[in-house]
Amino acid sequence: MSRATTLSASGIGVRLGGREILRDIAFTISPGELIAVAGPNGAGKSTLLRVLAGLTPPDAGSVRLGDMDVRTMDRRSLGRAIAYLPQDRTVHWPLKVRAVVALGRIPHGSGPQRGESDIDRAMIQAALKQTDTEALADRSIGELSGGERARVLIARALAQDAGILIADEPAAGLDPAHALALFETFVAIAAQGRAVIVALHDLSLALRYCPGAVLLKDGEVAASGHARDVLTEPMIARVYGITAKIAEVAGVPCVIPVSVRP
Amino acid sequence: MNAMRLAALLGCAALAALLLSLFTGVDGFTVAGSAEARRMILLEVRLPRALLGFMVGGTLGLAGAVLQGYLRNPLAEPGILGISGGAALGAVIAIHSGLAQVVALALPLAGLTGAALATLALTVLAGRGTGSVTLILAGVAVSSLAAALTSLALNLAPNPFAASEMLYWLMGSLTDRSLTHVWLAAPLMAIGCLLLASTARDLDALSLGEAAAQNLGVDPTRLRWVVVSGTALAVGAATAVCGAISFVGLMVPHLLRPLTSGEPGQLLLPSFLGGAALVLLADVALRILSPMGDLRLGVLTALIGAPFFLWLVLSRRTELAP
Repeated sequence: MSRATTLSASGIGVRLGGREILRDIAFTISPGELIAVAGPNGAGKSTLLRVLAGLTPPDAGSVRLGDMDVRTMDRRSLGRAIAYLPQDRTVHWPLKVRAVVALGRIPHGSGPQRGESDIDRAMIQAALKQTDTEALADRSIGELSGGERARVLIARALAQDAGILIADEPAAGLDPAHALALFETFVAIAAQGRAVIVALHDLSLALRYCPGAVLLKDGEVAASGHARDVLTEPMIARVYGITAKIAEVAGVPCVIPVSVRP
Repeated sequence: MNAMRLAALLGCAALAALLLSLFTGVDGFTVAGSAEARRMILLEVRLPRALLGFMVGGTLGLAGAVLQGYLRNPLAEPGILGISGGAALGAVIAIHSGLAQVVALALPLAGLTGAALATLALTVLAGRGTGSVTLILAGVAVSSLAAALTSLALNLAPNPFAASEMLYWLMGSLTDRSLTHVWLAAPLMAIGCLLLASTARDLDALSLGEAAAQNLGVDPTRLRWVVVSGTALAVGAATAVCGAISFVGLMVPHLLRPLTSGEPGQLLLPSFLGGAALVLLADVALRILSPMGDLRLGVLTALIGAPFFLWLVLSRRTELAP
């Protein structure tokens, strides 16, 4: 397993086409942490995740992995340190499921051209198992349902075996059973000493599984810290503009959107 | 099919086609005349023709596979960036100006110059971004301009002979090329093909889209540079020497994709070998069908290619456009 290192960003600002997407964002995640990034549509969640993954260079501020600036890092080693799962679930060619998952091993120097090591095979197998996609391994990705395809792409990111996992709305489109299983997986890999950053809209899942949370609004951090301190009724009201109730059902916290505030 | 077995099979096919091309003449499989004449025909007529057929076919197949993978577009073909259009324009200008009659090798050299200028225009137009759409649009712009200027040269041809010479050249052919042509084009094609072949793993990663590919270690700026310069060298040199041989680069990757595991990188070597075999076999068929040499290779490949492509689209339209 790749060892996780602290990922920290400070003073992050991003402008796209003259519009300010992110303004003066600070973010830190240490090994073993699981942090939810939430906020309304267009708040800048995806851009923040791309910046943290070293894919979008910020216009202001810097992202550091341990004591290194991610911009100066070699792309392959960055790919071994951080796995990034984009929201876009397009797979452009009719690949077999196992082949898609195997793409996650590219930063480790393996791949269809150079063959797979025993470690590669073990990682691919473990990723298929964790996402309940073993039975799909020989199917073509084009034949799968949206939720199955989402799980296969999660398996690709898991097979990358990075110390830090950054996932952009991985639970969207999953059935309840697989959504719960996905977050159990996130909790498990955080317990292994890795760091997980996950953008999501399901605040109940965030409260239940993520110890940490960051709420974004209009490109700025509205609140950050322990999820229970961040995802509160007044804060949800302020950031999302809704009246929400937080209730505990069978010991599980639930966020219930009640009405849009006038 | 197993990747190694497919490559071995296609390698054998390409080699067999190369030998067939060496030993097939316009009057069948024998070479008439004295020993000296036989040596001349083999070494100075058939050898360059066979070598060029192998290299040009391989280049077109490989470039087609790389561009389809890079642009993630099954309609991409080697001409999509406008580089072969530029090479064709250069050669047509050489004929138009009469330079081709006066200076030895003026045709291929003018073709190379055209390819280089087209590449320059493409890079300027596409800018510093990494998106595939801007590159396709820049390619469309460059190839349309090259086609318009080629039409202008044809329109203003000094005499009917020059016009028909230009038209024939544009149709693509392997005839009447010497070993000098081979030496001129081979190093450029070899470097171009090596650059193109080096993109295999980056193309695999691009199956997941640009963001995921970048996370897997792909440097988009570098990759674009490798693809454009590889295509410029390989396809530019191929077109400068042999004219435009259509449909090979589009057809071969489609034909072979179902036989591979599906990763775009796995398709590169088979497409090179398959392209080489296809062009060589088409060129052999040409000698049998049209011994007088009035049927052009590019016309034959288009005649085979278009119906084949139609069939392919009809039989696999559900897979191609789910």
